[in-house]
Amino acid sequence: MKRFAALLDSLAYQPQRNGKLRLIEAYLRDTPDPDRGWALAALTGNISFKHAKAGLIRGLAESRVDPVLFGLSYDYVGDLAETVALIWPAKPGANRAPELSEVIETLNAASKADIPRLVESWLDALDPDGRWALIKLMTGALRVGVSARLAKTATAALGGQEPDEIELVWPGLEAPYENLFAWLEGKAERPSGIARAPFRPVMLSHPIEDRDLAQLNPHDFAAEWKWDGIRVQAVSDHGEKRLYSRTGEDISAAFPDVMDLLPDDVALDGELLVFREGAPATFNDLQQRLNRKTVTKPMLRDFPAGIRAYDILHQGEDDLRPLNFRERRARLEALLTTAARDRLDLSPLVPVTNWDDLQTKRSNPPSPAVEGLMLKRWDSAYLPGRVRGEWFKWKRDPHLVDAVLMYAQRGHGKRSSFYSDYTFGVWKGAELVPVGKAYFGFTDEELKEIDRFVRNNTENKFGPVREVTHTSETGLVFEVAFEGLARSARHKSGVAMRFPRINRLRWDKPPRDADRIETLEAMLA
Amino acid sequence: MRAEQILRTTPAGLYCPRGDFYVDPVRPVARAVITHGHADHARAGHGAVLATPETLAIMASRYGAEFTSNRQAAAYGARNTINGIDVTLVPAGHVLGSAQAVIEVSGKRVVVSGDYKRRQDPTCAPFEVVPCDIFISEATFGLPVFRHPPAEEEIAKLLRSLKTFPDRCHLVGAYSLGKAQRVIAHLREAGYDAPIYLHGAMQKLCDLYEALGVRLGDLRPAMDMMKTPLTREVFKGAIVLAPPSALNDVWSRRLGDVVTCFASGWMRVRARARQRLVELPLIISDHADWDELTETVQEVKPGALWVTHGAEEALVHWSNSIGIPAMALNLVGYDEEGAGETPPAAEPAA
Repeated sequence: MKRFAALLDSLAYQPQRNGKLRLIEAYLRDTPDPDRGWALAALTGNISFKHAKAGLIRGLAESRVDPVLFGLSYDYVGDLAETVALIWPAKPGANRAPELSEVIETLNAASKADIPRLVESWLDALDPDGRWALIKLMTGALRVGVSARLAKTATAALGGQEPDEIELVWPGLEAPYENLFAWLEGKAERPSGIARAPFRPVMLSHPIEDRDLAQLNPHDFAAEWKWDGIRVQAVSDHGEKRLYSRTGEDISAAFPDVMDLLPDDVALDGELLVFREGAPATFNDLQQRLNRKTVTKPMLRDFPAGIRAYDILHQGEDDLRPLNFRERRARLEALLTTAARDRLDLSPLVPVTNWDDLQTKRSNPPSPAVEGLMLKRWDSAYLPGRVRGEWFKWKRDPHLVDAVLMYAQRGHGKRSSFYSDYTFGVWKGAELVPVGKAYFGFTDEELKEIDRFVRNNTENKFGPVREVTHTSETGLVFEVAFEGLARSARHKSGVAMRFPRINRLRWDKPPRDADRIETLEAMLA
Repeated sequence: MRAEQILRTTPAGLYCPRGDFYVDPVRPVARAVITHGHADHARAGHGAVLATPETLAIMASRYGAEFTSNRQAAAYGARNTINGIDVTLVPAGHVLGSAQAVIEVSGKRVVVSGDYKRRQDPTCAPFEVVPCDIFISEATFGLPVFRHPPAEEEIAKLLRSLKTFPDRCHLVGAYSLGKAQRVIAHLREAGYDAPIYLHGAMQKLCDLYEALGVRLGDLRPAMDMMKTPLTREVFKGAIVLAPPSALNDVWSRRLGDVVTCFASGWMRVRARARQRLVELPLIISDHADWDELTETVQEVKPGALWVTHGAEEALVHWSNSIGIPAMALNLVGYDEEGAGETPPAAEPAA
């Protein structure tokens, strides 16, 4: 555990990607099996314990520390694991500190009733860094700035392999990955034949602005609607079917209705959407299905999900990624002529004559589930990552309103010393009503200015939240940009914003000139 | 006599109406008692200043000899009288010359701790416990998450890193008054006798410490070695001390490949270290941690505890829970809310 704690600790302080890679690689090289495999599982988000939850940790801490002091400390530190790790009272003469594999194997085998006692004894035995690592591990969110992809890249480097080689074998592997390390260290064959339906790293696009289009030739590009769902990769392979998020996270279990739709032996790239009578519904509907481990029958009935496909990466025995977009598109269209069905269909191309014409089409999308256009070079091969100059996303212009800062909350993590989360409102009669919350869109310099404004104009303090002066004469006006608006029973104003962010600070504008709720209500219609 | 008649809060700071003087006022006043030389406690422009000889020397070094028209040097333990009120300065263990102000009015004793710590510090006299009716404590680290490890361990961490990265300059951020000299003194205690390079802003105070009898060893201006690529070679594997504001400044670019270190109690919290882009956090503080604060209150056993600048709420809660009535004094001007919360540039010594 000590070595793993030191790894997490150094990763947390290492700002550079290359530095992080070196640290992980060195750890994997120097640490024996099975500890290193469990560490890799933790870094790639492949560890979860049924009975070890944040609530349990919190409960243990509160049984050892005055709850008021715990609450104040947690508000200040802004991170449960770190708060408990630091506040845990040292116990002289505790047991020896456990090894990483010992912790994992014991937790996996232990009954629910035994877990609090086990965890408590480990917390006593570890130092603050060890406690922090243990809690991070148990609650499943390491937050040391390492993605699964980065961890796999470091693992690949161990054996001089490309990270994509790891992705290909990954679905067939199980922690603690002893066969993987044996292969990478040249002691065994590549783990093969067991990897069915692997994830293939997705190709990403760059945002493009209207003014940049002039430099591109419209004839080089295909255009598609940019659907407002989530990007997925659906893979079927000799009867094995998997659905991946764009980062390679396996989300199959939450979408049995989508799995049923997949044709045999293909890998499709497309948008996951909720469908109603053959038409995609808004993101708001899809959201009901996201971030769930499983799904209920009423959910499947009320929010049926499907895929609007726009690329094909693999078919039968053929890797189609080296083909250009035109050829892949032809393969996709041919497949879906026969395989298309309700909730699995083809994302249509939007004809491109010139940019002005396309601009007009972008402003008049055929569906509320469209958030702009995608431009893809006809001759682009399917390459992993954000390849320059091949694919572009041309988003619809956001909606803008002027709203008044009402409450500010201290941020978490790196921003825990700043008031960085803002609740803002618009006028309803003579009163401001909150319409949303945003915590990005501003520069570091602007953050300092807002933070200063909040501190100098505080009306009330509620723990980490401050009520900020917001009269018709005094207050800070934000120009807020957002993607869409939905009715909401949860908000006093009756509306909820999608993807709100601070577009501009309007120091020049008195709060009385901010927008009114009627402006937002008009957008709902 | 009611407590407020001895000391009360005013916009200028803590005020003693019977003696007509302020303690650590944040605005210019006619008569001030200054606990120590940090800028948020010791400001220029007061009519008369009573402080330890060291604090007076520090203020003169920072603000010029004209920082006040009337200096009154008060040695530790010597009784002074201001308009008939007894004021005694007692060591606070915070930085060189730092003192608690012991104020006695009609048989009641109030102790204004100023900033203090209870750890060993080779650069200043240790804190002395003075039993009293009212103890006014700081609470910079007034939360039980703040438990500073022994300074020797943190110094060992720095020396270990120097061994691991012998080609990288170790740039240590430390406040110019107190922390810098303490880090140097601890390094010397640990047997590190190589030259230590200083940012220009630290030179004067290090010279003053030496003049006041604190041995700091071989110190050299970093600037002299920054001039040519050849001389910059000396920074490889060397320790350079700079004020925190210079850590991520263009100044540091000429030091080559740098391990950014920061010596501060705030380094206990990861988010703070990351915010400063620190690679090697050194948890070394001149303020009492939670255990030191609570132990001090229990030793001083005051009739009442008043808590100033820092995380007042937690210490007040704890004190009330052990039967010592406590309240928060909302003094303005000492970096309200415990210092580190304001954006980094304004962070006070910690």
